[in-house]
Amino acid sequence: MSETETMSAPDQAPNQAEAKPERRLNMIEAINDALDISMQRDENVVVMGEDVGYFGGVFRCTAGLQEKHGKNRVFDTPISECGIIAAAVGMGAYGLRPVPEIQFADYIYPGLDQLISEAARLRYRSAAEYIAPMTVRSPFGGGIFGGQTHSQSPEAIFAHVSGLKTVIPATPYDAKGLLISAIEDNDPVIFFEPKRIYNGPFSGYYDKPVQPWKKFDQSVVPEGYYKIPLGKARLATEGEQVTILAYGTMVHVVEAVCKEKGIEADVLDLRTIVPLDIEAIEASVKKTGRCLIVHEATRTAGFGAELSALVTERCFYHLEAPVERVTGFDTPYPHSLEWAYFPGPIRIGEALDKILKD
Amino acid sequence: MADRPDPQAQAGHNAPGLSLHVPEPKFRPGDAVDFSHVDVGEPGKQPRPDETCSPDTMHELAYGLVRVLGDDNRAHGPWDPKLDPETLRAMLGHMAMTRAFDERMFRGQRQGKTSFYMKCTGEEATSVAASMALASDDMVFPSYRQQGILIQRGYPLIEMINQIYSNRGDKLKGRQLPIMYSSKEHSFFTISGNLATQTPQAVGWAMASAIKGDTRIAATWVGEGSTAEGDFHSACLFATVYNAPVILNVINNQWAISSFSGFAGAERTTFAARALGYGLAGLRVDGNDPLACYAAEQWAANRARANAGPTLIEFFTYRAEGHSTSDDPSGYRSAQEREEWPLGDPVMRLKNHLIELGEWDEERQEKMDLEAAEHVKKVTKEAEANGILGHGLHHPFRTMFEDVFEELPWHLKEQAEQAIHERETKFPGGLPNEGKGA
Repeated sequence: MSETETMSAPDQAPNQAEAKPERRLNMIEAINDALDISMQRDENVVVMGEDVGYFGGVFRCTAGLQEKHGKNRVFDTPISECGIIAAAVGMGAYGLRPVPEIQFADYIYPGLDQLISEAARLRYRSAAEYIAPMTVRSPFGGGIFGGQTHSQSPEAIFAHVSGLKTVIPATPYDAKGLLISAIEDNDPVIFFEPKRIYNGPFSGYYDKPVQPWKKFDQSVVPEGYYKIPLGKARLATEGEQVTILAYGTMVHVVEAVCKEKGIEADVLDLRTIVPLDIEAIEASVKKTGRCLIVHEATRTAGFGAELSALVTERCFYHLEAPVERVTGFDTPYPHSLEWAYFPGPIRIGEALDKILKD
Repeated sequence: MADRPDPQAQAGHNAPGLSLHVPEPKFRPGDAVDFSHVDVGEPGKQPRPDETCSPDTMHELAYGLVRVLGDDNRAHGPWDPKLDPETLRAMLGHMAMTRAFDERMFRGQRQGKTSFYMKCTGEEATSVAASMALASDDMVFPSYRQQGILIQRGYPLIEMINQIYSNRGDKLKGRQLPIMYSSKEHSFFTISGNLATQTPQAVGWAMASAIKGDTRIAATWVGEGSTAEGDFHSACLFATVYNAPVILNVINNQWAISSFSGFAGAERTTFAARALGYGLAGLRVDGNDPLACYAAEQWAANRARANAGPTLIEFFTYRAEGHSTSDDPSGYRSAQEREEWPLGDPVMRLKNHLIELGEWDEERQEKMDLEAAEHVKKVTKEAEANGILGHGLHHPFRTMFEDVFEELPWHLKEQAEQAIHERETKFPGGLPNEGKGA
């Protein structure tokens, strides 16, 4: 389904071309692989962030990278998101390709001025004399009992800023291919990693045991270099009844709900929200005539509002029901009531019933 | 169970009520100015430690004032950079050119040729002399009042004026407020307009240079008022943590628009003393003494290049003019401050030094000033041929959508089409001048 571009790493040994057993990775391992490959291919790629060095990151995404690539290229930083992003801007101006990690998306706000006023506009304000080819990786989203400071989904803030790209993978295979594309991109990219699905996809039933990624084909991650272009959605499931637009964790919740209810839906995993694959969205909605938008972030002025407006503007005469949104509530992410907040199977199921009722 | 505390003491009856201190400058409009409370020390008296020394051994330099040029117009003490007369004349020339440029551009704004301008009068040494102490490929991350760096580095004046006029010759395509220059060729970072953001970026650049085993260092300039931003803290912290080859220049010109330096903490300590808490080398320097400015920047550059660490330099100077063309300082400070400033004027001081050395005279000075003014006038005319702000000679319309991203995504393509449609609706035959740039 996805447009992938594969080629062997330049330093690949000849005997590696032989068939190998299928390799299955979780999303953390896939991200680690993408970082490792990017660092091997381009000596200007550097990784930095809180706890990313010797320790390998609180979620282990950078494990082993310092040992392999050296302290000059993989290092810990002070607890200063402003300083991390600013240093990455300066490094980019020098000619490096920094990949800073912000430990949780909820911590990114002290770095916002450097992202929004500096990184995002460097190319424009200098007429392309200076660019900010950085990829800011950050775990985001809830469902891990993170409370209000370890659960947020702030993607709409970044989508609103001109000059930033925002990428959100939903599978290990995509996480690797998208991250390599993001790192090679010459514009600043916000790469939000849905931490609830680091270890396995999520059905939305928090009271059922977690299924590890290894049980799912999307965890088959080839060795070596491949890219998934930014701005191309993935059709996760195909169906005639309704189009569901989602990204990150919600792709899997939506798929599980459809399966349970026997609904045949085009589930479109957007992968990147800026740039957005408007062609895929239009084609699907014009086919099904119905559209549900699902995200975990708060509702008001969420990215779902933008999607809803776009679908209405472009597909109005093909619609057989009003566009629906299922989102998190407009409250901070509560700790003990996390699952009351989370847009789970009931909220999604009822929205689907409504949209499909006639 | 312990005794209950004395209720009298708890109620605070034995202490005066709390009061909030809101800083207030010493002089307001109309006040007679007396700067005798400003301790400027004596030229030549400050020690000059080895560039590789530990910051702990040089704390006093963060509180005193490094000065070289005395009232006798001679250079004194260990900080004398011992520059040859030719270099001194070049320095004077760049400073005079900077002043002539400022005069002309200020007038141009008043004549409606552009929207905005910022002079650096009285602060020329902090950019020109400091820049001369760096290598021409050392990367600078300036604030908005360091036009002296570009002039010293030989950036063509016409490029500066094209930018100020936002005309079709403007390399920045008319996107930036006047004076927010950028020149990668001159290792001059794009000026932001948001304050202090450039300071941790300079540290990041310096870290990159160190990662690569390069020999180039970075230097950044920030006003004392903007050191209040969190970015400046990040800059100091990252500089010290990674021992980055960077120089943090703080231009303490006493005023941030109408807020005096007290609102950035100057009532309690010096800006150079900020260095001490971070373990940075800290120097406090007479910013109106071009030789001291050069010597301090050179010391810091030597230190950075020797991997001995970053330096924070406070240049103690005075903003002789308004913040910008949009500001009128007579509304908040005494006009006498400029005349009474105890450290004089940097251009005059360097001129008098050269005369004292027998390497210059008033006649040559006059000729140089005249030539600078004539040159700026001539280049201004050339730039005006490319247009002035608001008179139609700007970059082609489509460039508005370029450089948001490397490639134009679909939503910007659609918006560009809309904008062009609006343009054609308003000007069916096209603008008379627009074709020239399109």
